[in-house]
Amino acid sequence: MSSLIKEFKIKAKDFIHAGEGSMEIRNSLKSLNLDADIIQRVSICAYEAEMNVVMHGGDGIISLVLDDTGVVVEVMDDGHGIDDINLALTEGYTTAGAEAQQMGFGAGMGLPNIVRNSDYFKIYTEKNKGAYLIMCFRLKNKIGKDCQGRLFTIWNNNKRDGES
Amino acid sequence: MKVRDIQAEFSLEVAAGSSGLDREIAGGDCGDLLSDVMANSRAGDLWLTIQSHQNIMAVAVLKDLAAIILVNGHRPDDITVAKAEQEGIPILLSPTSSYQLAGGLFRAGIMQKEE
Repeated sequence: MSSLIKEFKIKAKDFIHAGEGSMEIRNSLKSLNLDADIIQRVSICAYEAEMNVVMHGGDGIISLVLDDTGVVVEVMDDGHGIDDINLALTEGYTTAGAEAQQMGFGAGMGLPNIVRNSDYFKIYTEKNKGAYLIMCFRLKNKIGKDCQGRLFTIWNNNKRDGES
Repeated sequence: MKVRDIQAEFSLEVAAGSSGLDREIAGGDCGDLLSDVMANSRAGDLWLTIQSHQNIMAVAVLKDLAAIILVNGHRPDDITVAKAEQEGIPILLSPTSSYQLAGGLFRAGIMQKEE
């Protein structure tokens, strides 16, 4: 199977279109008749990561790569970054504002949900450069290759504020 | 049991998504934190919540839920209604609390399936 690659834009604070990238990713996987369990896990992780960008990040991209060993989802943004990754990974910890919390977001469950539902997860962040997150999901009975992303170099080469 | 049966039995108002009323119900989930519902709901669930904004539709689509029931008299905004119509996922309205409605749904035979 040749690999499928899709990319969707995420806009900061755009709650109207929030989740649409994740829904497109889910539709892509569904149309290929992937196992229901992996579609569920990818959907949960993609949505949590996408909502993190909408709530906390700058503008960003969510990308899907599917080949015959598994699914890779990458999310990057150009926001202010995550101050303390360990805190962000702690269940219940959130920096979401009151408005987001009233909408049912900001329960501090996003990254913990991603850790639980992905087979591989890694996050990079730098102050004023945003965050880059990669999540991998192995297909049943497939030996996973090294999980590699496409967007990391692009994100990593982004200029920080004030850099010439 | 179908969404339509529950809607009739509990006299729930259909706010949107009537094309999905013939969907079979698998179980149910109550929650107002979207991440909690993302984590714990299952395909075919009824989702009881007070959240009425457009982002509940992404959760319902991504988790393949059978219907959303807005409790305590909450009503969806226009964008939410439009998205529910587009996705064919019913939004039903109940004047009662999640607790009361969930009790009724259990008595009607909608149980949360054990893992």
